[in-house]
Amino acid sequence: MSDELIKQQEIDFQLYEVLDTESLCDRERFADHNKETFGAVLDTANKLASELFAPHNAKADSDEPSFDGEKVSMIDDVKVAFDAYNEAGFVAGRYDYDEGGMQLPETIMTACSGYFLAANPSTTAYPFLTMGAANVIRSFASQELKETFLPPMLSGEFTGTMALTEPHAGSGLADIRTSATLAEDGTYRIKGSKLYISGGDHELTSNIVHLVLAKIPGGPAGVGGISLFVVPKYRLDDSGKPAERNDVVLAGLIHKLGYRGTTSTALTFGENGDCHGYLVGEPHQGLRYMFKMMNEARLGVGFGAAVIGYRGYRYSLDYAKERTQGRLPPKTNPTDPTVPIVEHGDVKRMLLAQKAYSEGAMSLCFFGARLVDDVHTAKTEEERKSAFELLDLLTPVVKAWPSEYGPKANDLAIQVLGGSGYTREYPVEQCWRDNRLNPIHEGTNGIQALDLMTRKIWQKNGAGLALLQKQIMSDFSQAKGAESQKLIASVGSYVAQLEPLLGTIGKALQSEQLLAVISNAHSFMNVFGQIVMSWIWIRQAIKAEQALSGEVTEQEKAFYLGKIQTAKYFVNWELPAIKRDLELLTQLDSSCSDMQTEWF
Amino acid sequence: MKVLVPVKRAIDYNVKVRVKPDNSGVDLANTKMSINPFCEIAVEEAVRLKEKGVATEIVVVSVGDKSCQEQIRTALALGADRGIQIDTDLSLDSLQIAKLLKQVVDKEEPQLVILGKQSIDSDNNQTGQMLAALTVMPQGTFASEVVVDGDKVNVTREIDGGLQTVALNLPAVVTTDLRLNEPRYASLPNIMKAKRKPLEVMPAADFGVDLTSKVSVIKVEPPAQREGGAKVADVAELVEKLKTEAKVI
Ligand SMILES: Cc1cc2nc3c(=O)[nH]c(=O)nc-3n(C[C@H](O)[C@H](O)[C@H](O)COP(=O)(O)OP(=O)(O)OC[C@H]3O[C@@H](n4cnc5c(N)ncnc54)[C@H](O)[C@@H]3O)c2cc1C
Repeated sequence: MSDELIKQQEIDFQLYEVLDTESLCDRERFADHNKETFGAVLDTANKLASELFAPHNAKADSDEPSFDGEKVSMIDDVKVAFDAYNEAGFVAGRYDYDEGGMQLPETIMTACSGYFLAANPSTTAYPFLTMGAANVIRSFASQELKETFLPPMLSGEFTGTMALTEPHAGSGLADIRTSATLAEDGTYRIKGSKLYISGGDHELTSNIVHLVLAKIPGGPAGVGGISLFVVPKYRLDDSGKPAERNDVVLAGLIHKLGYRGTTSTALTFGENGDCHGYLVGEPHQGLRYMFKMMNEARLGVGFGAAVIGYRGYRYSLDYAKERTQGRLPPKTNPTDPTVPIVEHGDVKRMLLAQKAYSEGAMSLCFFGARLVDDVHTAKTEEERKSAFELLDLLTPVVKAWPSEYGPKANDLAIQVLGGSGYTREYPVEQCWRDNRLNPIHEGTNGIQALDLMTRKIWQKNGAGLALLQKQIMSDFSQAKGAESQKLIASVGSYVAQLEPLLGTIGKALQSEQLLAVISNAHSFMNVFGQIVMSWIWIRQAIKAEQALSGEVTEQEKAFYLGKIQTAKYFVNWELPAIKRDLELLTQLDSSCSDMQTEWF
Repeated sequence: MKVLVPVKRAIDYNVKVRVKPDNSGVDLANTKMSINPFCEIAVEEAVRLKEKGVATEIVVVSVGDKSCQEQIRTALALGADRGIQIDTDLSLDSLQIAKLLKQVVDKEEPQLVILGKQSIDSDNNQTGQMLAALTVMPQGTFASEVVVDGDKVNVTREIDGGLQTVALNLPAVVTTDLRLNEPRYASLPNIMKAKRKPLEVMPAADFGVDLTSKVSVIKVEPPAQREGGAKVADVAELVEKLKTEAKVI
């Protein structure tokens, strides 16, 4: 895949037109930055991603890591890319200057991550997991743990993992069995098995820092009894260098559909009773700590799904412009030239859907990233709190919508390429395989839908929802163009149904119809998601109309008209699909919940 | 030793180039622009000379409108010390650029000027040679190795027949080839440092150089589409086709 990973114009539009990212520089934390430094950082990300990550994306997939019983080996390109990422200083990009960071806004770091995820999601996972783990340590661990583990993680000497899932406990983490017993030296001995741990073993770095969820015997049952531990692969000597092995053993690698370059591991902790773990923060607070990081982590998954969707879209678009096939009425004589397939209506449909899904999902995630910035740096306490409420409400959507529609976009990319799309000679099937993970990890989309319908919507007396409505109204009030006003009117009729629907659902959740309602959670996510995405598309259309009212080049004109047309497509084609869901939800349809296991 | 590195803002090499519908040029609206790759190699070489303790100061210069400050900043983030933007909205030819650069050379008196051998947009391969002629400095073009040795610089050149090494008296002009080095990436901390490095803006009009272009672009066209090949049954048929169809023998 040559060409740009993500079009410069798209990034600029999202960052500086749809969002006013430059205004962040008025905030004290970002005062040293300006559009130019943001641009330079984005350039470095783009360059690194294009030159060191993209070229081995297919190779890391076909030549997946292997384990000979002693060591994991993988293609060398991964380490080259990993080291360059660290040397460029991205791992600490968000951190304070005095921690060696760059104090970059989340919005910009998200845009940077887009280049890497579009180029090569599986190699990108190694530094990203490390950043996630480092973030938890930085936020919740003792000074001593921070001083010991953070510097080597930030410099890329150590990587990190998140070890939550166990063979019998994935979505239901309350039931994990890994135990942590206090030893005489004040540290803990960890015992148990973890499954699917990404980056759980490899030779990229001299040490791996696992963040492990485990239960301290005698603690409360369920999620309130889960604690978090730092468990290094090698224990450190007095100088902080990896020394003794820490009784964390790789039981085996897991062979996956996609994301093959990232090692997926089954890990055994404490088989010989000698796995040392260091408690992070207070006992029994482990899941709470993890959840604090969840909004950011889920944003990352959503954005990854969006940009992989976008890669497939761009590739299939280029292909459709070059591949000629068939003729278009009225010029259907064999003597007439064949046309590029992009001119066929059905191919346009598939490209428009991909554009709507991937650029829409990117825009949603950028909105989420901006909220993360506002949570931390908005001027007033009130604004910071509001940003948090809104982000908390939107997080299940930010995770689930892109990860449901990203793979759908890739599925359509395969279809646009026809037979070529189904072959491994073309990259779109890998996009689909890689992207197919996203609805599963970081909380399955089923769990996200439940979270949205049974918790987030009602949280703080619906404060998040009220904020969302306010945001939508304020955006819509800026619509000046005829097209966006028409679209707003169409969305209005669906938004109006939301309130009575919530009344119905709210009551039913408290009744014996509870099982029926929650079996329709996916429909609720659809309704809410399509309304949110209509707003996200209209936001873009409004900005496009504004731009078109000024002076633009032919090329810019095409870009903005494309945005407006896609908003139209979304509202006319995708939004009405929720009629079915509205019906099912309002009727408290119990087709699924009434189905008995024996009847299958 | 002071090193002067002229850099050019050019279309990014990853971008698929589009010709404007009216064939007047390449459509640059909203396309990604970068330092011309050969110029980036020139910056890298200068930075390496500085890291070796050979160079003491690296000055980057670019001719263009305000937007080329972006590329100057990139060069500063890669390790150059200060920048000069020669400000003009005009699109200039190699000769005018070389004349402007000569003035900078006269003022800055660098011991070494390192330029890219050509820019990937116009592929002229002229500016370095012209600058050498105008400043009466020796030139080593298409360098794949540059070794400063006292008051001389040994430049290994990539030529058609292989490699040629020339020894030039300093001050000298060197132009870079692709294999000279692999440029580093601008790290995030260095991007912040670059912000604080001096960047001087000088109006091109003040240089007393005639900036009217001597070259006019008549038409820009995309390269012809490659046509599918054909298989021939044997050598005889190949020779026949080369004679009658391709008319090359
Ligand atoms: C490639 C890959 C990488 C991963 N990386 C990591 C990692 O680094 N660290 C880590 O800890 N984990 C990781 N995971 C694990 C991942 O987070 C889990 O697979 C995920 O949480 C789902 O758990 P599970 O596989 O046990 O599925 P299950 O929980 O068994 O779910 C199976 C199905 O049942 C549904 N379901 C489950 N419970 C409910 C419910 N209460 N209501 C309705 N539906 C329900 C789910 O939505 C799903 O469709 C990874 C997984 C994969 C595939």
